[in-house]
Amino acid sequence: MFRKATTSVNKTLFSGLITLFSSNMFAAWNDLNMTEGVTAISKEVFDLHMLIFWICVVIGLVVFGIMFYSMFAFTKKKNPSPASFHENTKLELAWTVVPFLILVFMAIPASNTLTKIYDDTEGDINIQVVGYQWKWQYKYLEDDIDFFQNLTTDWDEIYNKTPKGEFYLEEVDEAVVIPVGKKIRFLITANDVIHSWWMPDFAIKQDAIPGFINTAWTIVDKPGTYRGKCTELCGKNHGFMPVVVKVVPQDEYDAWVQEKKEAAFRMAELTEKEWSVSELTERGEGIYLKNCVACHQVNGQGITGIFPKLAGSDIVLNDKARNIEILMEGVQGAAMQSFANQLSEVDMASVITYTRQAWGNAENGDGEIVVPKDIVEYKKPKV
Amino acid sequence: MSAVIESHNHDDHHHGPTKGLTRWLYTTNHKDIGSLYLWFSFAMFLIGGAMALVIRAELFQPGMQIVEPEFYNQMLTLHGLIMVFGAVMPAFVGLANWLVPMMVGAPDMALPRMNNLSFWILPFAFLVLLSSLFMEGGAPNFGWTFYAPLSTTYAPPSVTFFIFSVHIMGASSIMGSINVIVTIMNMRAPGMTLMKMPLFVWSWLITAYLLIAVMPVLAGAVTMMLMDIHFGTSFFNAAGGGDPVLFQHIFWFFGHPEVYIMILPAFGIASHIIETFSRKQLFGYASMVWAMASIAILSFVVWAHHMFTVGLPLAAELFFMWATMLIAVPTGVKVFNWVTTMFKGSITYETPMLFAIAFVVLFTIGGFSGLMLAITPADFQYHDTYFVVAHFHYVLVPGSIFSIMAAVYYWIPKWTGNMYDERLGKLHFWLSFIGVNVTFFPQHWIGLAGMPRRIPDYALQFADWNMISSVGAFLFGASQILFLFIVLKTVMGGKKATPEVWEGSRGLEWTVESPAPYHTFTTPPKVN
Repeated sequence: MFRKATTSVNKTLFSGLITLFSSNMFAAWNDLNMTEGVTAISKEVFDLHMLIFWICVVIGLVVFGIMFYSMFAFTKKKNPSPASFHENTKLELAWTVVPFLILVFMAIPASNTLTKIYDDTEGDINIQVVGYQWKWQYKYLEDDIDFFQNLTTDWDEIYNKTPKGEFYLEEVDEAVVIPVGKKIRFLITANDVIHSWWMPDFAIKQDAIPGFINTAWTIVDKPGTYRGKCTELCGKNHGFMPVVVKVVPQDEYDAWVQEKKEAAFRMAELTEKEWSVSELTERGEGIYLKNCVACHQVNGQGITGIFPKLAGSDIVLNDKARNIEILMEGVQGAAMQSFANQLSEVDMASVITYTRQAWGNAENGDGEIVVPKDIVEYKKPKV
Repeated sequence: MSAVIESHNHDDHHHGPTKGLTRWLYTTNHKDIGSLYLWFSFAMFLIGGAMALVIRAELFQPGMQIVEPEFYNQMLTLHGLIMVFGAVMPAFVGLANWLVPMMVGAPDMALPRMNNLSFWILPFAFLVLLSSLFMEGGAPNFGWTFYAPLSTTYAPPSVTFFIFSVHIMGASSIMGSINVIVTIMNMRAPGMTLMKMPLFVWSWLITAYLLIAVMPVLAGAVTMMLMDIHFGTSFFNAAGGGDPVLFQHIFWFFGHPEVYIMILPAFGIASHIIETFSRKQLFGYASMVWAMASIAILSFVVWAHHMFTVGLPLAAELFFMWATMLIAVPTGVKVFNWVTTMFKGSITYETPMLFAIAFVVLFTIGGFSGLMLAITPADFQYHDTYFVVAHFHYVLVPGSIFSIMAAVYYWIPKWTGNMYDERLGKLHFWLSFIGVNVTFFPQHWIGLAGMPRRIPDYALQFADWNMISSVGAFLFGASQILFLFIVLKTVMGGKKATPEVWEGSRGLEWTVESPAPYHTFTTPPKVN
């Protein structure tokens, strides 16, 4: 009941503003304001934001109005002898009680909306979201779909060597796909440091914290591509891990699920194939550029003191077993994470092979390559 | 003791300061130590400001131009730490040193040797912190809030030096606070009851208690980090059964009172200046005291409003939302009191008054955005965006820092015996005022439009306003060089100041000569 009342107050204030400004200025204003979003909750949050904003504007106008009036009317020139009053209990009481009542008026709709947002019952589709330095992993719990989402903006664009595209820093290799009209529940956690999954159009911002699973839910009725970002400082490339969600009609979603399953099957077949050095190296370079360059750099030199170099590293040159182990397990107490769940056997083998072949490593070391079967072997339970 | 007082009755001038460097190294004089704190804070303000300009220069345009993301993160971390612990807090301690003894009619701070120590460990704390820039792996890069595990398992090796430096800063703050409390409680002139104390003294008494309550909590947090990093514990490491969210609870239990530590003395300063230049007694003295006390108490029960997105239970979110909104009540009372003080006053607009009025207006705008941030569902959209950056810069820059500048202009005739150059002071004010608003107002918009904080590069729709914000930042930065010039000019000479300096000034510090003698109130004055 109360919500309806506040919305109508809001609308009255709003239409007043529209008549005040030309439509052109109003459009510009919208670009500077919070996104209204595409869900019932995001619209409620937007209304709440506007309600509080206008209350603040009105209070501001009254307080600053009296202040500016005093500043002009009571200068030493105009009012040489100041008044001597310096207390008034009734006045003090009034400006304690009235703001308190205004706050109660604000708190009621805010508490209602918050209660609606706090619904952690299961969704029609449940997606686990895992934050990594610096990418997102999505696991569709019902359909056994599992993929990573990486920024695709080229580093040359970032370093101003090529012109920036339309979705600069907001484009990824694989969007999260969800169907319209279904309740989607996100189970959000992290693998290394704290990240935060923000999708402004759904009014969802939930921290991804290692050791915790936070939930958020949404129902989106409008198909489209929605863009968000990581909003918790998570290290060097915090600014480079966007979120993209694609909302599609149900039949398109079903087709997508089918296609993802077939792709997984094809990947399994690749593991069985016999690989040549050049095939592995070529595939590995792509994997390296996507997953490893952020820390180890394109030239394999790393960053002194933080990220070890791979070019000329003793392990990469001569210790194949340890090389595999580091990629599979990560390094305790360092930024190096386990890639065991991020890369398929084929990708794992090819990226290790690439690092053992590139930057002169093949000539300086034992030149041994890693094939997908080595990884399968590593994954078998040890006796 | 009585013998000392007697000998001083004859002649105040024979016991002046010694000459040379040792005067400053060994000094136990509250005025010397106050000056040391203020100069130190100004140096830190320039260093932290230079770092802010590195940040704004990188954000001038989309793309990476000037620094690498790794160094950008170091800059934003050090900028925050230096401004909070190096610029704002020491400036307020410096003002307390200069003013509290004179305002309560005491000859000096109660614990002069500890006063010396609490200052002289500070430069070492910041040397240690700044030296981390030259260490392998670089300076701390995890934000001034240093959330674990980014600041523990994933931190550069220099984090250990950061922890050591925070410990020293904490020790310095605690010693400074003890000194303020003991001075106020024991050394007030006869007749000065608590409810007759100047508001700056009140604001510092409350601040000092807050500091003593929360600095040990911060020390605990960094010690737990140290244990996690070096001694195999897992306080904040989920893999070892620890809890990364625990870090945030501890940090913000310190952090929220900390933000009031940085604003309460500003309330005191603004009250004095508005009263003086309105030539009218401050409206609602008692309610001002109660408002500050309420804000201080409330500050202990609102910390989780910094953590609305970590996944707190609904009951906690509701509690912290309501408690946070409640802070608007006493804060509003203060603003209404200031406005009513001006109402029917007889106002002139010298530089301190300009800064004080700007403080009230712009701090109130920061308060409005604070109220918006308190609304939990809306905070899900605001949190960790530039809207938050705009909010806390509005309360800290035109809030705390403007109040410090107002205080310097207001009391510098008392400190140096010379009037500052009014025309240059006004110029400094207007440049700062325009600079600060051009820098931070557009950040509200880019935050609402969706730009996260702490990113070195941004999507193209944020480009225009980032560029304008950067221009404002350089204007604000450059105008502080003018401030340095004005202060130096005033120290060197200028029109001689009278004891009362301002027509409407009230309080004991205006009863002594300008400049205030090296020792004041060796015989306590009587207060009616």
